[in-house]
Amino acid sequence: MKFLHLTWSNLKRKKLRTALTLLSILVAFVLYGLLSAIKQALVGGVELAGQDRLVVRHKVSIIQLLPESYKARMERIPGVALASHQTWFGGIYQDPKNFFMQNPVVPQEFLQLHPEILLPEDQKKAWFQTRTGAIVGRKIAERFKWKIGDKVPIQTPIWPKADGGQTWDFDIVGIYDGKEKQTDTTWLLFHYDYFEEGRSYGKGQVGWYTIRIKDPSKAAEIARAVDDEFANSSAETKTEPEGAFVQGWAKQVGNIALMTASILGAVFFTILLVTGNTMSQSVRERTGELGVLKAIGFTNGQVLALVLLESCVLALLGGLLGLGLAWLLISRGDPTGGMLPLFFFPTQDVLLGVGISLALGLVTGIFPAWQAMRLRVAEALRRI
Amino acid sequence: MSAENNNTLVHVDAVEKVFHRGSEDIHVLKDLHLKVPQGEFLALMGPSGSGKSTLLNLIGGLDRPSSGSVSVAGERVDQLPDHKLAAWRARHVGFVFQLYNLLPILSAERNVELPLLLTHLSKSERRDHVATALGVVGLSHRAKHFPRTLSGGEQQRVGIARGIVTDPTLLLCDEPTGDLDRKSGDEILDLLQALNREHGKTILMVTHDPHASARASRTVYLNKGQLSNEPVA
Repeated sequence: MKFLHLTWSNLKRKKLRTALTLLSILVAFVLYGLLSAIKQALVGGVELAGQDRLVVRHKVSIIQLLPESYKARMERIPGVALASHQTWFGGIYQDPKNFFMQNPVVPQEFLQLHPEILLPEDQKKAWFQTRTGAIVGRKIAERFKWKIGDKVPIQTPIWPKADGGQTWDFDIVGIYDGKEKQTDTTWLLFHYDYFEEGRSYGKGQVGWYTIRIKDPSKAAEIARAVDDEFANSSAETKTEPEGAFVQGWAKQVGNIALMTASILGAVFFTILLVTGNTMSQSVRERTGELGVLKAIGFTNGQVLALVLLESCVLALLGGLLGLGLAWLLISRGDPTGGMLPLFFFPTQDVLLGVGISLALGLVTGIFPAWQAMRLRVAEALRRI
Repeated sequence: MSAENNNTLVHVDAVEKVFHRGSEDIHVLKDLHLKVPQGEFLALMGPSGSGKSTLLNLIGGLDRPSSGSVSVAGERVDQLPDHKLAAWRARHVGFVFQLYNLLPILSAERNVELPLLLTHLSKSERRDHVATALGVVGLSHRAKHFPRTLSGGEQQRVGIARGIVTDPTLLLCDEPTGDLDRKSGDEILDLLQALNREHGKTILMVTHDPHASARASRTVYLNKGQLSNEPVA
């Protein structure tokens, strides 16, 4: 600690150079934070996907519908505990930019299948009893300032009502929270019965099924059994673990992990060169001073540690400021207005960021520190 | 061991120093012998390139002789490994340089404190030592000033305060007045003399200036790598 003042004074020596280096590190870490949040938003659902849940969709594509009658047949397959369906509603609230997911579900079954959805008992009861009742996630409720008792009109160009209207009215009867931070709390979920009675076409057809299996180790076997059950029918199925299903959605954008790793790799390599150059220049400029320190008794190890401490303080400071700024930007919420419901800065990525900034300090400091350590005192003093 | 030997603080015995420049060997010091008693103020004179600073560096443990031995207070400085040599310098030697060599980024008091960072002293103890050293050189009122705001003479006083703050066995001064005007130089010489007479400091001072060497209790002359008690003709 007693050397910290010396380190800090050295960093203040060339204020503009230090500020510019700090700024470049800061920008790199802001980018790191934002990319981490985007990656989390796109692939985060994969981590949260239930190990005991499989998703059954039409073999051709997710937009092809499946018969509602498949439910009973699926539940007869050995190993399947429960099957329940959802359908893509594709509604618009006030403005097409206000994108969020709305699905008709069978409430009791949905809650059984998704224990990560936390809903108070009284709200649960109200949902079961109200035909037009809908529950919404905390995040979406806060976004639109919805509260229990509100009536929410949602338009859907996909599902016109039998009377020709496109507006569906829902009564908000519950606001759910997520058990995990990654749980998506931007959905609006409503009664399938209300949807089925009201829609003008597609009756008896649903979007996809989620099934719970009794033994996750038999997932592959059961998935095959489900697909075999509906083989050669007019609506063949493709069954896969929920994680793979979510990943499939994310992959429509591309290989997110590879893209973020490539961008960050290029950014950090550049920062490595910038910071390394700053440190080397800084040490070269004060060869004489380092000679003085050695003359008055600083050991080679202490001089090495001083230079390393300086580069680590620089990198950590830039890193922490960058991570802090990224956190502030990310905590303002999904910048796309609903396309990235799981947009947040994962704790493990924050910690990894701190680790990367420390590693940056060590890597950029080690070469100039080594040079400073090997400096011969008499020779260094001659360079003053 | 004789009484005279007991009183010897610095003993340079048969020292040779050879620098290698390409294929050429430059013999800077040749079979050099020197004894400096405890409490002496010794001036070392000689023309440029005669090896004065090299000798000072060997005695201060900043460099090693090619052959021969250098002992300070009975310790073979030339045989100490690097890390022990650094610790030995911190404990036993104070350096005063011609160009002061203060760190421009630190205030006067922080510059003086530098050698104390290597000790186990607490912050308040370090502060007390720094205040004492700055008091000895008469610069207590300039403690918070940075080198760029101090005159040459004041900077050298800070350099001396840094040199004595750990109360070293030996003070090595390399042309301490070489960069100062006569008045400031005289003040520095007064200070060194006072440190020698009143505080008993053993001082080795390299100088070109006969006026400065006149303040020392003894002067030796270095020419062509060897010492003599008489100036070179």
